[in-house]
Amino acid sequence: MEYIKTFIIGGAICVLGQIILDRTKLTPAHILVSFLTAGVILGGLGLYEPIAKFGGAGAKIPISGFGYSLSQGAIKGAQEKGIIGAFTGGLQATAGGIAAAILFGYTMAIIFNPKTKD
Amino acid sequence: MDKLNKKDYENLVNKKVPKPTYGKNMIMAFIVGGIICTIGQGFTNYLQSVGFNEEQVSTGVSIIMVFLGSLLTGLGIYDKIGKIGGAGAAVPITGFANSIVAPAMEYKSEGFIFGVASKMFIIAGPVLVYGVGSSIIVGLLSILFKG
Repeated sequence: MEYIKTFIIGGAICVLGQIILDRTKLTPAHILVSFLTAGVILGGLGLYEPIAKFGGAGAKIPISGFGYSLSQGAIKGAQEKGIIGAFTGGLQATAGGIAAAILFGYTMAIIFNPKTKD
Repeated sequence: MDKLNKKDYENLVNKKVPKPTYGKNMIMAFIVGGIICTIGQGFTNYLQSVGFNEEQVSTGVSIIMVFLGSLLTGLGIYDKIGKIGGAGAAVPITGFANSIVAPAMEYKSEGFIFGVASKMFIIAGPVLVYGVGSSIIVGLLSILFKG
């Protein structure tokens, strides 16, 4: 049941992105940035939490979930450490993912070469 | 006469331009996105079962998914997933990893600093700017509207 919920929520968020891709001139880069920012804002308003509770990884794996983690971290930091915490909290909560993206992104780009297009 | 020809021409063009297959694209995005998230849920459950706390689980899953996204992009497999799944492949965090590795590989010939290391952030850069920037604002607002 948990996996079904994950599949549905994750799939639905991606369908939303697909609709925007097909109906507008926006590119996947626009989608990434706007979904992330939407996740931050919805997280800040407390509206993403119910989605994350229901959908689990289906809400956290899409880039909007990354935005949700950023905003939750910033809010937690702000409540615990004040203004300094608002600055450090978001990156603290997402540091693992960002650091992994830098290390693995660099390594893979060095090891592999682009495949020639057919 | 000229106007009529133009209109005819436009009609002809409209007929010939391939219509995006909205329905099929949506279904494929749903399936591919759903599968990627379900894989993430599998890792979540596994990390929980070995006793990681909530924060460690969510960080661990991000790291694993970013690793897989980077590796599959390097192997040229993620491109194929992207062709099938569209936004279903782009929106998950594996797509974020893809957006880092793909341009970095492409621009390797420009060197390791201005090629690889700089082009890694061609999409990830804006993502971090807007994400981190807006999260700070949310944090500051949460102090103002404490409660």
